[in-house]
Amino acid sequence: MAKDHANGTDDYEALIEEVLEAYPAKAKKRRAKHLRVSEATDEAPDPTTGIASKCDTQKSNIKSIPGVMTVRGCAYAGSKGVVWGPVKDMVHISHGPVGCGHYSWSQRRNYYIGKTGVDSFVTMQFTTDFQEKDIVFGGDKKLGKTIDEINELFPLANGVTIQSECPIGLIGDDIEAVAREKKKEHGKTMVPVRCEGFRGVSQSLGHHIANDAVRDWVFEQEESEAVKAYEPGPYDVNVIGDYNIGGDAWASRILLEEMGLNVVGNWSGDATLAEIERAPKAKLNLIHCYRSMNYICRYMEEKHGIGWMEYNFFGPTQIAASLRAIAKNFDATIQENAEKVIAKYQPLVDEVIAKYKPRLEGKSVMLYVGGLRPRHVVTAYDDLGMVIAGTGYEFAHNDDYKRTGHYVKEGTLIYDDVTGYELEKFIEKIRPDLVGSGIKEKYPVQKMGIPFRQMHSWDYSGPYHGYDGFAIFARDMDLAINNPVWGMYDAPWDKPAIAAE
Amino acid sequence: MSELRQIAFYGKGGIGKSTTSQNTLAALVEMGQKILIVGCDPKADSTRLILNSKAQDTVLHLAAEMGSVEDLELEDVLKVGYQDIKCVESGGPEPGVGCAGRGVITSINFLEENGAYDDVDYVSYDVLGDVVCGGFAMPIRENKAQEIYIVMSGEMMALYAANNISKGILKYANSGGVRLGGLICNERQTDKELELAEAMAAKLGSKLIHFVPRDNIVQHAELRRQTVLQYAPDSAQADEYRQLAKKIHENSGKGVIPTPVTMDELEEMLMEFGIMQSEEERLAAIAASEAQAG
Repeated sequence: MAKDHANGTDDYEALIEEVLEAYPAKAKKRRAKHLRVSEATDEAPDPTTGIASKCDTQKSNIKSIPGVMTVRGCAYAGSKGVVWGPVKDMVHISHGPVGCGHYSWSQRRNYYIGKTGVDSFVTMQFTTDFQEKDIVFGGDKKLGKTIDEINELFPLANGVTIQSECPIGLIGDDIEAVAREKKKEHGKTMVPVRCEGFRGVSQSLGHHIANDAVRDWVFEQEESEAVKAYEPGPYDVNVIGDYNIGGDAWASRILLEEMGLNVVGNWSGDATLAEIERAPKAKLNLIHCYRSMNYICRYMEEKHGIGWMEYNFFGPTQIAASLRAIAKNFDATIQENAEKVIAKYQPLVDEVIAKYKPRLEGKSVMLYVGGLRPRHVVTAYDDLGMVIAGTGYEFAHNDDYKRTGHYVKEGTLIYDDVTGYELEKFIEKIRPDLVGSGIKEKYPVQKMGIPFRQMHSWDYSGPYHGYDGFAIFARDMDLAINNPVWGMYDAPWDKPAIAAE
Repeated sequence: MSELRQIAFYGKGGIGKSTTSQNTLAALVEMGQKILIVGCDPKADSTRLILNSKAQDTVLHLAAEMGSVEDLELEDVLKVGYQDIKCVESGGPEPGVGCAGRGVITSINFLEENGAYDDVDYVSYDVLGDVVCGGFAMPIRENKAQEIYIVMSGEMMALYAANNISKGILKYANSGGVRLGGLICNERQTDKELELAEAMAAKLGSKLIHFVPRDNIVQHAELRRQTVLQYAPDSAQADEYRQLAKKIHENSGKGVIPTPVTMDELEEMLMEFGIMQSEEERLAAIAASEAQAG
């Protein structure tokens, strides 16, 4: 576990150069545009983090280079796996051959309350299981039949979404016509989503397409009973872009409710269709995952005049700042309540920090996650005294990198759509104390002798949002980094391990 | 029995591929050849003149009815027509749904795997319209048709199509053994048709195999759902098809890798033949007609 890295911009610039050397000229030129070290900026520092750096000079949201290993997903993954999949009282059909549905089955830990198979269906897998004849003759009839069967077998399902796999777009099936017909027939919401995997460069376009499907096939339809019966209140808010991984949304919701807000919808972790339908009647949209759901918030702003704001419930510094920022949109009572909530949890925060900060202080972290967490979790580490050496996104856009400058200091290594080779090399050279990424990265990193936490799924733990989540987050990072196993990593006849330092 | 020869007829939609191919194949039978026709058009009308009847049970429709193509037996789809010519129609979806290209692939694989090609001298594929996607290029691909015959005429669009199909052949010529057998001009009585067809063939590095003159007897035979060979075996037109059959038979192994031309070259050639106007001529013509109208 010898750490031979030195901090400093110069080192990272040289490291990027070194890593790029392995590529052929053309690939090198293209990949070079995605690797940066955050620079100094004239912009005012972020009021919460006190940080300002320039992170948006690199290319992002463009096609991965053939031949490299990328961990990006596809549009179908973005729609079915992220945005629609967690909506619990609807059945989500993986429309096409069986593989896409099977291998994306229950991949995210979207917790929900309900009776699975009766009124909730998140962990179930539905597919039209295309066969050769469906490709040749078209699959619309089969889709219609599938919807009929779902309606009969699961009468409490409040609707169906059709998540298109690649062949649907290739053979030109008219899933919109099927959706309209079945909606008329069964009187339930039907949402055709054109999220064929070949569209776009990553899962990101799938999020957008899924957002558009909410607009076209839920919002711009006749008002449902749920919407008609709903009486808006002055403190109604929607939480947008919290997928309730390991219970994140629940840990967030209690804070908002404690300060007197009424969370009428949580998109889309543990969500019902009704929560989505009545969202336009709320007073404010609170976005956690900006990347995957900003589109629908902008639409609600334009069409229904609902404001939206981003917030961050990772770590006490951001939580307190977010609670205050949210409260500012409401009256004095709510603002006072926000202070009360912050004060109420302060002892918990103090206790957690007192216990873990001494064990974690100064430890360096490298992150590689999706479209939000590479910046959002940074302050949670900072609250524990940990330092971010490098961070990067799978599918962020330029506006995400812009925002990253509020979170990471000048001189941080930033990698976009990093390749398997690059990330491994970076980790090997920087040798951080912790890497936070996904299941594909976990074991190679651990085999390098470096502690690891999965930051997509919270490594079967969580929640990490909110004050309760922070306590779990701190414990988990400690468990990973200070695990005694790292002291036994090197063979006894080799140099003694430095993990016990 | 000689080695199996696989040929395919391509060409612009409506050019007379099915008519020409069925008449030619009927003539080949007279030369003692055993033939299998594989219709690769969802309309399933590539074997109508041989079977003397319209649509039959197609591979894909029967497969869909039975569940999958694995449930299908060769006897279900193999029909025998005029002079013992064997016929199979691939079939496919109705227009506007599904993927007919994938259907062609499925059908051809089925036929090969189930021994439809045993005990015949010729397999002839009749493929719809242009090479619109990978599926319709199936007969061009490895181990399928060795020679492609492009049915064309002196019309501009037919020439464009011939050039496009040649591009498809060229793409697979090096990986597989496919060659351009030649052009068959189905006379439409356009200006300088024979010369143009020969020039086109030369451009493609190939030859005009035969110039089939226009004769209404083809129409009469077709109305009876017969080939001319069956309807009027002694007619001059029947002899034309016999000649064409003979030429194709003797053309074995003489196919070439085509040299398709660019759009510009093609248009240049059409201008040389006075079929197409140059940009200047076109503008001048418009100006002239406007002046006249004014």
